[in-house]
Amino acid sequence: MGAVMGTFSSLQTKQRRPSKDKIEDELEMTMVCHRPEGLEQLEAQTNFTKRELQVLYRGFKNECPSGVVNEDTFKQIYAQFFPHGALSCLESPCVEFLLPSPPLPFCLVDASMYAHYLFNAFDTTQTGSVKFEDFVTALSILLRGTVHEKLRWTFNLYDINKDGYINKEEMMDIVKAIYDMMGKYTYPVLKEDTPRQHVDVFFQKMDKNKDGIVTLDEFLESCQEDDNIMRSLQLFQNVM
Amino acid sequence: MAAGLATWLPFARAAAVGWLPLAQQPLPPAPGVKASRGDEVLVVNVSGRRFETWKNTLDRYPDTLLGSSEKEFFYDADSGEYFFDRDPDMFRHVLNFYRTGRLHCPRQECIQAFDEELAFYGLVPELVGDCCLEEYRDRKKENAERLAEDEEAEQTGDGPALPAGSSLRQRLWRAFENPHTSTAALVFYYVTGFFIAVSVIANVVETIPCRSSARRSSREQPCGERFPQAFFCMDTACVLIFTGEYLLRLFAAPSRCRFLRSVMSLIDVVAILPYYIGLLVPKNDDVSGAFVTLRVFRVFRIFKFSRHSQGLRILGYTLKSCASELGFLLFSLTMAIIIFATVMFYAEKGTNKTNFTSIPAAFWYTIVTMTTLGYGDMVPSTIAGKIFGSICSLSGVLVIALPVPVIVSNFSRIYHQNQRADKRRAQQKVRLARIRLAKSGTTNAFLQYKQNGGLEDSGSGEEQAVCVRNRSAFEQQHHHLLHCLEKTTCYEFTDELTFSEALGAVSLGGRTSRSTSVSSQPTGPGSLLSSCCPRRAKRRAIRLANSTASVSRGSMQELDMLAGLHRSPAPQSRSSLNAKPHDSLDLNCDSRDFVAAIISIPTPPANTPDESQPSSPGGGGRASSTLRNSSLGTPCLFPETVKISSL
Repeated sequence: MGAVMGTFSSLQTKQRRPSKDKIEDELEMTMVCHRPEGLEQLEAQTNFTKRELQVLYRGFKNECPSGVVNEDTFKQIYAQFFPHGALSCLESPCVEFLLPSPPLPFCLVDASMYAHYLFNAFDTTQTGSVKFEDFVTALSILLRGTVHEKLRWTFNLYDINKDGYINKEEMMDIVKAIYDMMGKYTYPVLKEDTPRQHVDVFFQKMDKNKDGIVTLDEFLESCQEDDNIMRSLQLFQNVM
Repeated sequence: MAAGLATWLPFARAAAVGWLPLAQQPLPPAPGVKASRGDEVLVVNVSGRRFETWKNTLDRYPDTLLGSSEKEFFYDADSGEYFFDRDPDMFRHVLNFYRTGRLHCPRQECIQAFDEELAFYGLVPELVGDCCLEEYRDRKKENAERLAEDEEAEQTGDGPALPAGSSLRQRLWRAFENPHTSTAALVFYYVTGFFIAVSVIANVVETIPCRSSARRSSREQPCGERFPQAFFCMDTACVLIFTGEYLLRLFAAPSRCRFLRSVMSLIDVVAILPYYIGLLVPKNDDVSGAFVTLRVFRVFRIFKFSRHSQGLRILGYTLKSCASELGFLLFSLTMAIIIFATVMFYAEKGTNKTNFTSIPAAFWYTIVTMTTLGYGDMVPSTIAGKIFGSICSLSGVLVIALPVPVIVSNFSRIYHQNQRADKRRAQQKVRLARIRLAKSGTTNAFLQYKQNGGLEDSGSGEEQAVCVRNRSAFEQQHHHLLHCLEKTTCYEFTDELTFSEALGAVSLGGRTSRSTSVSSQPTGPGSLLSSCCPRRAKRRAIRLANSTASVSRGSMQELDMLAGLHRSPAPQSRSSLNAKPHDSLDLNCDSRDFVAAIISIPTPPANTPDESQPSSPGGGGRASSTLRNSSLGTPCLFPETVKISSL
């Protein structure tokens, strides 16, 4: 019987909780790695120089060692830039970000909708994750592209369901998302129908044939008529 | 693994010569070999520590960062080396993996940091060598468990405030689960605790013999029979409270089925059921035996205390988690008892007048002896019996001593976990508060920057530059971004104070407000960056507090007039004021609910709030501004100094 006792005691070296074993297995499965195309190819495909691509990639890789950004990470990153930009009631994990924002108990600023539309615009192949190539291609268009390309990209952003037309509902969603980024503490106080009025004015201007939808050509034409828009397209040239 | 493949490839290809005679078809041409530069030494600079290795070494694992073309992104052409801004100590292990094919886990480093490095260099954790694999997994599992507990504790613990629209049910449930969230819940918690104690004490006192003063000679009665009404009332009161509590919990529970099956609710039911059964069962002697048995169950009310005492909960949880050990203990004890009881019985069989009448009777002796109780009501008398009896007691000591440490260690682990959770929760609050403080500093940077008049042309006024804090390029660009957003939406970021003041202002029906329109100098017909477009125009944003102070009489008039204007829908008012409504203006600032701003009387700009002129298209601009000026009865000043922003 002593032997029985001995084996019994030796069994109890560690307390195992079988239910928790699954967590670690899942964790290890998610180590997906994606490697981007070569530097030369990217340099040929985009309007960036090698150095700029290197800088971009280093930053990208730092944030996402796995090589892809998923939507949640994208939203978190984007929300950091707006004051009071809290995505949720929980504390944002990115304490070391230079521009943190005090999380408020409820989501008073919601940068997540706009980030969602942005993500869909970046993710051209609709895979649900943005790779470095997608990221750099979009940046190349936005920062270094021709006016035509930039406007086309913007049209693509506004066209939420990617059917080639912008209708009022899509525009309403986009404008509302932009206003959400302003947050609650604005001056003057945000009115309820401001987004709607904004959208109405936009359509008044863009929709040439007044059929309720804006096509790419109408969009391009209207934007090119507007000096302000044309001028402001050059604003973000020197981001790098 | 892939390590071997690259080095052995030439051998495999050379061995293909053996196929040549047998080939039935012409073999494909060899791939063009690039002019190989021969093997070269690469320099990898990791945070200043330079590692040098053969290129071939790194090429052994082409699906990692260092082995693929991804490292070109980190190539520094000036120095001719690959620069990584990472931990050099960890890199040593990564590089050793390329050299030896085995990834070793550093013992003194944090496992999370190691994981991050692996992720960065594209190494899968499965590559950790067998020698270090077990330790790696254990540490990782421990870490993950701790993190999972943290998350659970956060979610199930105090948690964030309930959303405002929570129903009565949710609030009630929350009050039950976390009594310290509201005063009423706390009161309820203590009241139920008190009544549990009262009920238990009443049960105990019921059975104490009370000396009845009347009949001294007769037998003593237990108090319960002496004061039946008092005890019955007390019992009723307690049961009513418990029933009420149980029903409330049932109502508030988010998942009633789960609640019904939970341990605490079972305890509640068992605590109150005997009373009701006792009410229903008629009082006659046949059933009174069962009735008395039911009263025993009333003692289960003491388990209701486990809601109030965390220690009790921990104990219960420990026992639950040690269930397997306890089960094995019981099994082995049973085996031992049976063996020894059998032996003792047969040893003592011969003796007459012996207590060991049967094996089950000997069980009692075995148990008492093994647990070293030794009541002495049954003792062996034969020599063989005594020998086996002593063996029995010695082995009993061992049996008891073995499982106790396991249970104790479990209890201690769970107890420490709870301590840790509480400590972490307390620390979290402090930590959050401090982080919030640090964050609010930088968030206000933008607002501060605006108030310091930072949003102006870079070319204007070095005096301005002096009072504006020195900002990094990053800050500048970030502020520009926020400014663009403001211009897009024609609203401004502000802080809570100003916002609440503005709320009050709007409700009062308009009063002085900051100017918000920005314009460029009306330099020409085309230069309209209308009020909303972000060209850094001259602009001074003044705090609301200041502006109220410096409102002058003239502006009050203007305000009254313009207050009416601002109510009307924007486009019309604009068109009436402006010579030619510009589309871009409408596009960008269609509905500006800006209350009129202040007119500056010809005092130095520092004192008065001055705003910029809302630009009106081209030639119409000047005329319209003059028009506005004259209509408001203020002296006409240079367009630069007199700025009205209005609708």
